Amino acid sequence: MLSPVLEVRHVMGMPVGIEIPGEGADVEAAFAWLREVDATFSTYRADSEISRLDRGELTLADCRPEVDEVLTRCLALERATGGYFSARPAGRLDPSGLVKGWALDGAARRLGAECFCLNAGGDVIARGRPEPARGWRVGIRHPLEHDCLAAVLEVQDLAVATSGEYERGAHIVDPHTGRPPRGLLSVTVVGPELATADAYATAAFAMGADGPAWTATLDGYDALCITSDRRVLSTPGFARHRAQPGGG
Amino acid sequence: MRRAPIVLTATVAGTAGVLAFHPHTPAVQSASASTSAASASTASNGAGGSSGSGGGSGSSGTATGDAVATPYGDAQVRVTVAKGKIAKIEALRLQGDDPRSVQISSSAEPVLRQEALSAQSAAVDAVSGATFTSASYAQSLQSALDKLGFKAADGARTTLQVPQGGGDDHGF
Repeated sequence: MLSPVLEVRHVMGMPVGIEIPGEGADVEAAFAWLREVDATFSTYRADSEISRLDRGELTLADCRPEVDEVLTRCLALERATGGYFSARPAGRLDPSGLVKGWALDGAARRLGAECFCLNAGGDVIARGRPEPARGWRVGIRHPLEHDCLAAVLEVQDLAVATSGEYERGAHIVDPHTGRPPRGLLSVTVVGPELATADAYATAAFAMGADGPAWTATLDGYDALCITSDRRVLSTPGFARHRAQPGGG
Repeated sequence: MRRAPIVLTATVAGTAGVLAFHPHTPAVQSASASTSAASASTASNGAGGSSGSGGGSGSSGTATGDAVATPYGDAQVRVTVAKGKIAKIEALRLQGDDPRSVQISSSAEPVLRQEALSAQSAAVDAVSGATFTSASYAQSLQSALDKLGFKAADGARTTLQVPQGGGDDHGF
């Protein structure tokens, strides 16, 4: 008999949900990985490698190789986004904007399943199709009417990352000013890797009103931006991810 | 497979519009003294570098078109033509005394689709953008499952592990 998995656990400071249709797969390796990432990268933990690195108690060579991997990737994203994505958005070393998506990409790989929906901290990784007749249906939360959706996507093999104000309040800053950006309510980026989608969404949101035009330059990723004056600006490739009306 | 889709409350649908720039229709009006004193700065990095569309005479220069009223506000563009090709189009959004330039296209192709924000409902498997705390997530999920009469007895394993004590605002 098929025994589907629907597992939600609190890790890395957020609820992480994993849904695996069909025969139950093992989620333990994925959650163990997320706990390891939290222990290494959490800026809320004084004893994490990233905190100790920032204080100069460790050198990069002392750290796990993943730290170098993450910081190297942060540098590349910093260049690609003109500094709007930064490993030091408010001064101290804090690559969390990349780590969240990067950790979840790693968790997805450790599921060993070909069909799943991983849902954590506002980001989604969808793999395969839950039923032959349809892909995974992913809603984009309405930035103002929190019990509604702004859009509905139907996707497979896609990561969906959204940056915005939402419940945690203003926590994205423009690294150039150190202050919250203005102009956008939310940015959703979709593409093959959550780490990149997440960083791009963060950067575009930090750009404020200039964000939407920047998302149009992205290669391999599409975006939907909701402006403070309630316009929705999406890249041409985004439309193919929308659920068809009457579906589901 | 037993699954409990998350259903959110319903409201109204919106309308759609498209920002389109037609490569062979010059939007250039006689260059009036531009009221947009604002910066022409853009945040476009590595903008595709694609060349402008062909055609046109050998004219070069920058000009600002008339402001056109649309359902979404006034639209006005500033076009830069070089060697008979449209090199850059900037949309100037005039809001009060704060004109702001956003480079939408460097190749006169339609780039961004614009529509009004609508509020929808749908049965979905996941929601992007919903950074709920663990407790509120669990509560919301449980109520949705309850409404659907979802039962775990048929083999679906549902584990909602909410942390003891606080610490939700911790981390990523």
